Amino acid sequence: MNILVCISKAPDTTSKIAFTDEDSKFNEAGVTFIVNPYDEWYALVRGLELKEQLGGSVTAIAVGGSENDPIIRKALAIGADDAIRISAPAEDAFAIAQEISNYASDKSYDLILCGKETINYNGAQVPGLIAEFMDIAFASQATKLEINGAIATIECDVQGGTEVLEANLPMVLSAAKGMAEQRIPNMRGIMAARTKKLEVIPGTGAANNCEVVGYSLPAAKSGCKYVDPENAEELINLLRNEAKAI
Amino acid sequence: MSVIVFVDDKNGALVKSSLEAVNYAANIAAAKGVECIAVSCGNLSNDALEITGNYGASKVINNNTENADNSQIATLISNLVETNSASIVVFSHDFSGKAVAPRVAAKLNAAIVSGVVELPNFEGGFTVKKSVFSGKAFANYKVNSEKAVLSLLPNSLDVVTTDNKAEVITDSSAIGTAKMTIKEFKKMGGEGKIDLNEAELVVSAGRGLKGPENWGMVEDLASVIGAATACSRPVADIGWRPHHEHVGQTGVAISPNLYIAIGISGAIQHLAGVNRSKVIVVVNKDPEAPFFKAADYGIVGDAFEVVPKLVAAAKALN
Repeated sequence: MNILVCISKAPDTTSKIAFTDEDSKFNEAGVTFIVNPYDEWYALVRGLELKEQLGGSVTAIAVGGSENDPIIRKALAIGADDAIRISAPAEDAFAIAQEISNYASDKSYDLILCGKETINYNGAQVPGLIAEFMDIAFASQATKLEINGAIATIECDVQGGTEVLEANLPMVLSAAKGMAEQRIPNMRGIMAARTKKLEVIPGTGAANNCEVVGYSLPAAKSGCKYVDPENAEELINLLRNEAKAI
Repeated sequence: MSVIVFVDDKNGALVKSSLEAVNYAANIAAAKGVECIAVSCGNLSNDALEITGNYGASKVINNNTENADNSQIATLISNLVETNSASIVVFSHDFSGKAVAPRVAAKLNAAIVSGVVELPNFEGGFTVKKSVFSGKAFANYKVNSEKAVLSLLPNSLDVVTTDNKAEVITDSSAIGTAKMTIKEFKKMGGEGKIDLNEAELVVSAGRGLKGPENWGMVEDLASVIGAATACSRPVADIGWRPHHEHVGQTGVAISPNLYIAIGISGAIQHLAGVNRSKVIVVVNKDPEAPFFKAADYGIVGDAFEVVPKLVAAAKALN
């Protein structure tokens, strides 16, 4: 079972969201970058569990410059066997997915695992794009994955419930909550990560189909209207007649 | 020329998020002076399909392949994009949109912008605004490719309907073989439960409730006003509530018309999943709870005293 896990760097979940250069760039000053939680907690950890159960290897892959190396080392510390960084701009999901599938197309991975979306761009695009570029099955927003021989059994969130699906390997899966539990790297893992192989390869020049030209922040709330707890019933009245929400 | 929009169904009817997408696609089509065509896949009745006309589609093309997977639906849509010379394909950014839209973009070599919240601006090019940083900001994207795939964030735009019916066209073309087979569908929750992802009203509670045995009053309030129930991450992690109820940065992101948070302090990760709600109500005994800063209405008080009063008042209203 050879598993490729796609990881992306994302600002820590407590980061202040602000912009610079006339609101054209995310302000990275003072921001700590982490492995995108969906990639780390769910995709990577499920990959490691399957490797522990079935043998094989887990390779982490990221697209971007050397600023990604700390989060790649984190994935190695948690337990990935080796890692690839494709040195190419990571600006458009289309180009990122093309770079990853160009790399993976002749490597015979059994499974390509991704998080369901990044917490910074919330695209949910890369896994489906990779699946189509490679012409293989894609389980979107999956909460369970079991492998039996060359067949994957998957549970996916869909409108109004859960679908149980079967697909032949190889396939791509995007992982949501429920897939696995977060693992904290131990000291041995962190030490071992320093000597694990992180191979840097050049990109293939995939073109961006779109680009961010500006950011904005949502309008601030006008303030909270407080209702006396002794007279809590008044809230229902306000929700009906003022907010017209119920 | 046309704008194509994919519509998904459940229990014999089109889902609300798909109909919002039809209205969005129809507005784009009107701005460009072209036709809006809805595309469906399955065995919906003509009555269920022609509703797309209410939302602005002039016709709806239904391929009668049952249980098609995302690769087959993507094949169907990209074929119809070619035959109807569409340059924009619209989805809802819901479960089915997330599964199919990227595949269509890959087939068409199209830009994909997901979670859009406004109509595109075609002045001097093609830009469109989308939600980023888990609802904490917006980004304006410039589309540089000939074709584009846009997916609309559910419940982000007002919908305008008419009495028009769409012409239903049955399509029996081959759309390839499935790469995945559906073995089983497990319906969420019990009878009468409202799906959190589609809910217009949501009642949510957190650790302030002290234990799973105290959720009765939360469910009562939800049931009286017709809301779905949700919870904070700690409550799902310790097993008081099921994982699928967890709203927040790493759970479900929702944008209902009303979000009532009971005994939830409002950590930034929780806010990220709910800050697109139109009206936020916070009930918390701690006046310093950060959630009050994001709230429209607040009650500083003990949930065990406040919530039963709300249930009684809401019952009286009905």
